[in-house]
Amino acid sequence: MNIGKALANRSFCVGLIVTSLIALVALLSFVWAPYPVGAFDIAGKLKPPSAAHWLGTDHFGRDILSMIMVGSRNSIAVASVSVAIGAGIGVPLGLWGAATGGFVDEVLMRLNDLVFAFPALLSAVMITTVFGPGAINAIIAIGIFNIPVFARVARAAALSLWSREFVIAAGAIGKSPALITRDHILPNLASLLIVQATIQFSLGILAEAGLSYVGLGSQPPMPSWGRMLFEAQTMIGLAPHMALFPGLAIVITVLGLNLLGDGLHDVLDPRFQ
Amino acid sequence: MKSWKLAIAGVAISLVMSSASYAAKTDLVLGIVLEPPHLDPTAGAAAAIDEIVYANIFEGLTRIGAKGNVLPALAESWAQSEDGKLYTFKLRKDVKFHDGTSFDAGDVKFSLDRARGDKSTNAQKGLFSAIDTVDVVDPLTVKVALKQPSGDFLYNMGWGDAVIVAPESAGTNKDKPVGTGPFEFDSWAKGSQIVIAKNAGYWGKPALLDKATFRVIPDPAAATAALLAGDVQAFPVFPSYETIPQFQADPRFKVVIGTTEGETVLGMNNKKPPFDNQKVRQAIAHAIDRKSLIDGAMFGFGTPIGSFFPPHHPAYIDLTAETAYDPEFAKKLLAEAGHPDGFKTTLKLPPPTYARRGGEIIAAELREIGIEAEIIPVEWAQWLDQVFKNKDYDMTIVSHTEPNDLNIFSRDDYYFNYDSPAFKDLIKQIDATSDGVERTGLYQQAQKLLTKDVPAAFLFQLPKTGIWDAKIEGLWENGPIQANDLTAVKWLD
Repeated sequence: MNIGKALANRSFCVGLIVTSLIALVALLSFVWAPYPVGAFDIAGKLKPPSAAHWLGTDHFGRDILSMIMVGSRNSIAVASVSVAIGAGIGVPLGLWGAATGGFVDEVLMRLNDLVFAFPALLSAVMITTVFGPGAINAIIAIGIFNIPVFARVARAAALSLWSREFVIAAGAIGKSPALITRDHILPNLASLLIVQATIQFSLGILAEAGLSYVGLGSQPPMPSWGRMLFEAQTMIGLAPHMALFPGLAIVITVLGLNLLGDGLHDVLDPRFQ
Repeated sequence: MKSWKLAIAGVAISLVMSSASYAAKTDLVLGIVLEPPHLDPTAGAAAAIDEIVYANIFEGLTRIGAKGNVLPALAESWAQSEDGKLYTFKLRKDVKFHDGTSFDAGDVKFSLDRARGDKSTNAQKGLFSAIDTVDVVDPLTVKVALKQPSGDFLYNMGWGDAVIVAPESAGTNKDKPVGTGPFEFDSWAKGSQIVIAKNAGYWGKPALLDKATFRVIPDPAAATAALLAGDVQAFPVFPSYETIPQFQADPRFKVVIGTTEGETVLGMNNKKPPFDNQKVRQAIAHAIDRKSLIDGAMFGFGTPIGSFFPPHHPAYIDLTAETAYDPEFAKKLLAEAGHPDGFKTTLKLPPPTYARRGGEIIAAELREIGIEAEIIPVEWAQWLDQVFKNKDYDMTIVSHTEPNDLNIFSRDDYYFNYDSPAFKDLIKQIDATSDGVERTGLYQQAQKLLTKDVPAAFLFQLPKTGIWDAKIEGLWENGPIQANDLTAVKWLD
């Protein structure tokens, strides 16, 4: 990767800064938050932003800044594990399909289509309803629907690589398809997969917020951005800050990740080099 | 001459037009939170059924009035024998069911025998347990003989579960209810709304509305929006407590905070360790701060209770001080019970706001004394199946909205799994006592016993948060029974 070129790319820089800030906040929340999120102070509920509570308090008198900080852990954890599930299963499947072709490829891709045929969030709702709401089930649900995304990206890119000269040459000297995939295909796919992972990560954060909003994500007392939005809904006239700040947190995080993904795409894509 | 006629015609037309535009509205849209599973009050426990059909479509021998008093309904009058075991009901004349069949003593016998029969699907069979025989004397006279004197009998006959149905239509009441009331069933768009229309052939004072629509709005935010937009003009039990001040400040609306029979409790599985230990249950009761619970979950709407009895009842005694908020004492009780470091448990929460929000607060308060209660949100169907039917739970929060339901703690196999011979004995005595003073004494003994035993932690009495258009008159202020009696409702101006 060309550092100079990367630094010249504005969306990459902005995206990287925003994303790193959020990661830092999440890490910070492990050691410090302004107030403990388990502490209710009913008498001090629905207070607007002030010096004591920078982003105000919610309907239980909890500090919203602390809730957002601790909630970021939840969002990041759910999104990253579900991306890991999707990439960990989807990429090998896609590469396998591209390497073998024929019947195996056909079966894998049709299975992919099957999963794809359901809108991701709807299926996530289905899974969490059947197996019960909770962070773990949300991770599994979002993870499953990351699999075909990665499988497709990996397969499509691998297929075009399989017809390139250096791959054909590697085959000619007797290298097995598995070895070729490991040594030649995967390294050339890496940049593409990183970009895809960034995008899926931001989608994962949105999906987690959506599931929590309808009550199927992580459960109280663990703070969650989506649930904070849900709780704010009926109080919008009383305490608009309750909806504003978790909403902003989601927007900024997703925007940062999308900018980063966009920037990475430009920086890493060999066609632009 | 011609111009005269024209002028008169013009005046006449303008008079007709203006009187039409100034005539009061005769239709009303009410918001309800839960859609009833069906519309037969004699075959289901759901309060949502009675909230639509009680006093509107169906009537019983007696009925419960707005103040919780017993009023005559299909029985014009009654006489009680000396020993209190025989009631003679004189029925109203010229009463017709909505399908045109006439009402007589045969229908009363049919309804009561059906409700207490072996094949009965009545959700409140206990209401009829005192009845020995029902005899038709003549078409307008019924004699009901009781096994023993029952102080609650006339009240029980006023429940929605005891309404009079006709043999011709009893089987189809679930989808097409046919009663004798001032309104008849019009239509039901499942998932959306139920419409009832004025019964032109009603025996009594006719309804003032021509049409009433019950619209199902489960979401509190949508309920607020619908009221503000005028899509619904009345919400007898408004579900979004935090927006009530907004309506109180708006002169277009009338906000009426009344009482209900809804005792909200933290139910505990009395047979499952560690809740089989009375000290553990007492510790939990002492760990809950009712004030912050009512402020936090209900935005201040609700009255704290210390036992299972409504504060507006004459026999109520305030026992909240007996289980006052005292986390230190609660910790001490837990230690005495052998759980100095607390324990892990679960808390199953049905959908209403009081349960979901209240549950979060209670879980946080229990954490203070070392009890880790994992919150499990459940839908109503799951709650009924897991908690109510199969008793597969540790703790739960629910409001018991039936009137006069102290006896649930004496029922075998009820979901609390509470088994106290002393309490059962008290309930038996209450049932057999008609004397007011004596009854009050027994009620108070029962309340004290429950406060001491803590089969459930008693939280607060649910308020009736009614909000409606300021121009509507006649809706009930309190909820002495699950009902939205529309017989006297009208639009002013």
